[in-house]
Amino acid sequence: MNKMCDFDSIVIGGGMIGSSIAFGLAKQDEKVAMIDEGDNALRAARGNFGLIWVQGKGEKNSSYADLTLQSAKKWPKFNNELMALTKIDIGFEQKGGFDFCLNQEEFDERIILLKHIAENSHEQFSYEMFNHDELAKKLPKIGPEVVGASYSSWDGHVNPLLLLRSLHKGFQELGGKLLTHSVSDIKYNDSYFSVQAKNGVINSNKVILAAGFSNQNLAPKIGLKMSLFPQRGQILVTEKIKPFLDYPTGLIRQTNEGGLLLGDSHEDVGFDDGTNLQTMQQIAQRVTTIFPFLRDVKMIRAWGSLRILTDDRLPIYDYSKTCPGAYTVSSHSGVTLAPIHALDIASYIVKDGKLPISLNCFSAERFND
Amino acid sequence: MNNHYDIIIIGAGPAGMSASCLASKYKVKILVLDVAISPGGQIFRAVETNQSSHKQKFGTNYLNGIKLVNKFRKCSIDYQSRAKVWHLSENGEVHYLKDNKTHFVKAKHILITTGAQERPFPVTGWTLNGVMTAGAAQILLKESNLGIQNAVFVGTGPLLYLIAHQYLMMDIPIKAVIDTTPLSNYFRAIPKIAGLRGNYNEIYKGIKWIGDIKKSNTFFINRISDLRILGDEEVNAIEYQKNGQWNKIECEHVLLHQGLVPEINISLSVGCRKIWNQQQACWNIDVDKWFQSSLPCISVAGDASSISGAVAAAASGKIAALNILAKLNIITAKNRDQLAIPIHKSLKTEMSIRTFLETLFNPISRFRIPNNNDTIVCRCEEVSAGEIRESVDLGSKGPNQTKSFTRCGMGPCQGRLCGLTVAEIIADQLNCSIEEVGYYRIRPPVTPITLGELSTTKPTVTRSN
Amino acid sequence: MIKRIDSLKSEMIRIYFEDKLIYAHKGDTVASALLEAGVTHFQNTTSRGSQRGPFCMMGVCFDCLVEIDEQPNQQACMINVYQEMKIKRQANLLK
Repeated sequence: MNKMCDFDSIVIGGGMIGSSIAFGLAKQDEKVAMIDEGDNALRAARGNFGLIWVQGKGEKNSSYADLTLQSAKKWPKFNNELMALTKIDIGFEQKGGFDFCLNQEEFDERIILLKHIAENSHEQFSYEMFNHDELAKKLPKIGPEVVGASYSSWDGHVNPLLLLRSLHKGFQELGGKLLTHSVSDIKYNDSYFSVQAKNGVINSNKVILAAGFSNQNLAPKIGLKMSLFPQRGQILVTEKIKPFLDYPTGLIRQTNEGGLLLGDSHEDVGFDDGTNLQTMQQIAQRVTTIFPFLRDVKMIRAWGSLRILTDDRLPIYDYSKTCPGAYTVSSHSGVTLAPIHALDIASYIVKDGKLPISLNCFSAERFND
Repeated sequence: MNNHYDIIIIGAGPAGMSASCLASKYKVKILVLDVAISPGGQIFRAVETNQSSHKQKFGTNYLNGIKLVNKFRKCSIDYQSRAKVWHLSENGEVHYLKDNKTHFVKAKHILITTGAQERPFPVTGWTLNGVMTAGAAQILLKESNLGIQNAVFVGTGPLLYLIAHQYLMMDIPIKAVIDTTPLSNYFRAIPKIAGLRGNYNEIYKGIKWIGDIKKSNTFFINRISDLRILGDEEVNAIEYQKNGQWNKIECEHVLLHQGLVPEINISLSVGCRKIWNQQQACWNIDVDKWFQSSLPCISVAGDASSISGAVAAAASGKIAALNILAKLNIITAKNRDQLAIPIHKSLKTEMSIRTFLETLFNPISRFRIPNNNDTIVCRCEEVSAGEIRESVDLGSKGPNQTKSFTRCGMGPCQGRLCGLTVAEIIADQLNCSIEEVGYYRIRPPVTPITLGELSTTKPTVTRSN
Repeated sequence: MIKRIDSLKSEMIRIYFEDKLIYAHKGDTVASALLEAGVTHFQNTTSRGSQRGPFCMMGVCFDCLVEIDEQPNQQACMINVYQEMKIKRQANLLK
């Protein structure tokens, strides 16, 4: 480590992605600092549904489909590691998950989509289609209007808030340092980076931007570009009810505490993470079509959260050629990809100094033309 | 349109009823929504239906409530009882539940007069079966003629002595009264008596109540430094510490009270600004002298914005109503100012006692910031003080991060019973102010609503909140 | 013990708690009727399985949840009794 440096690596951003990478770096015996904003920061990590979701991903990009499935396969090992270190049970389950089809057209289109993904998969992606009667055997309370569902055995869920807590705790147990500041500037000084935070400057050999939307402002300072835009999703939270849903689904999951999380929406509203009645109503209508008995279950809270998206909805993994040692990471699937971030990405950063060719397609350069 | 109103008033306690009575004298269309089966709020709860032969023993304030309720009943307004507001928007849209159906109404101006709740009293064992609030005991008495025999009353504040006194008058046996007001509060409060300018009525009343309690056979203890409630699943005793020594009182019921605080969730859900009131040690809704909030179409009066008592609440309701009438151009601003003069005056008189009361009955921090890490802070999710402190060690700087780490505040009460405690614990640990720490981000619904009811809501094009 | 300080003159209402008949009065809430009948244990929480009963009696605390006519999560203090109402203790939903 350069004598000027306080740390080997600084990870800017303490959300799902930042804390996964910071945890991974600390595991590699790096001296790591993670810089996170305060209580009211815009936090995608707190607005997470909690799914480990493979089916349907990477329709237009088989590398992304492969990456997603690789990550899902690493989840059990990752969960065990986290549990052993932090003793926090994050409610990990990977028994497979369902995505509902509410009419025949949806059902037919789903088959085409998943077939296409399976054919292009290098990771042996597989799926099953369930018609209504078959589905009713797995999910007895399913409503009569549900035509069927697709199933993938790699799908699962965790409690995303506990995952975040566990990553933070694991990071600190491994010697990582958490600093609460907002970062205003980064300077590259030929062999190390100076990160300007509110209380002063912190120097390190490497810097990793995992700060969600703030990445856009910070990336140019390390010779990289990023173009991100927000998309809101709203979630309804219900009171606790008797466990009835054995599998997570794309729109409904029952948490290990008994409440249901109900989604979702895709709204173009800028940086507004509030809720609106129309969307809440649409979600309620959809889920009561899927499980009619939910009509009598009470919603106790609704919230909105902003997905951090790129133009093609694929992640960004980049390393800077003009400022070696600087990296950017952005994705809206922080839970599914947590093992890749903690295990693989962290490893590439420490051991190779750059990212492998297999991740080239995720560089932000793909948006240049 | 028949679901469009000029004014919607939420809450039919003293503030809401007074506002309705005043505003309804003018040509405005008013809707009053209230959760209870009959008007009165908490203080005048069941005043119409209470047929107890002991009714007189509730005191003159309660009986005065009948007059106000009768007046309210005669107003030409649309009054909906058993109506639970679950969604408000800053442009005047209101969704409420009644008879398992959701209704949509709209007004040019909304007046929130939903009143207060009890301040949380997080001591070891406060979640055991058999522990209730003094307010709960009042409700049981007023509504159902039920008295809790041989309870131990614990805490500080006028309401505690009031209910203990009512019990005394009605010959309901009291096991003990444990007064947690520290001696130092008396020294701080006495100089504030000058501010009362001769309006000593309420003080005399309070002194009489405490005097009666002490004179009776009731075991009365004060100047205690610590408390814990004991039991396995149900209360079997309460222990108090005085002069370094722990003493036990066996009992099956404990009634806790350490003051009232505004129930702020509804106002925050629509986006009203809040401010920390240092003297009251709680959040207030930020309103001007007309009880106009930071949102142009929303006013918040009575205990819903700041604790001031029933008489002051009635005055504030009237003042808010006058201002709303002026905003709707029903009266001129000059008119409003004129009409408000006597009401502002009587409000000032009522408020003159507040500094004294708030100083005297300021709860000690031992009972706001639990020492014992096992003490439950979030009742809904059973999150302990220790877990909150651990999340601060993990980097949490405020209640929202703490909530995501511990689930504290995620239950059905949505932070009403833990919000203050969590903020105080965090501020204490980080050695910063409560304003810096803040409060939970409040989201709709204001009260739980079924998915079936939500699906049948008339869709509205509302801006987000 | 929780006792009436005065007899109520309103109509008697028959309700059942855990299949046992209780005589309540018109105007009682489920919570006050059960408390008068000596019931203090209304539910077991999902977080730790702790026993809970009414705490605030005004709809703020959600501790008084019971199952009424097979609907769980009903706030006993906010619902008035009606004839033949069937109330069950709400067991820990997650067990």
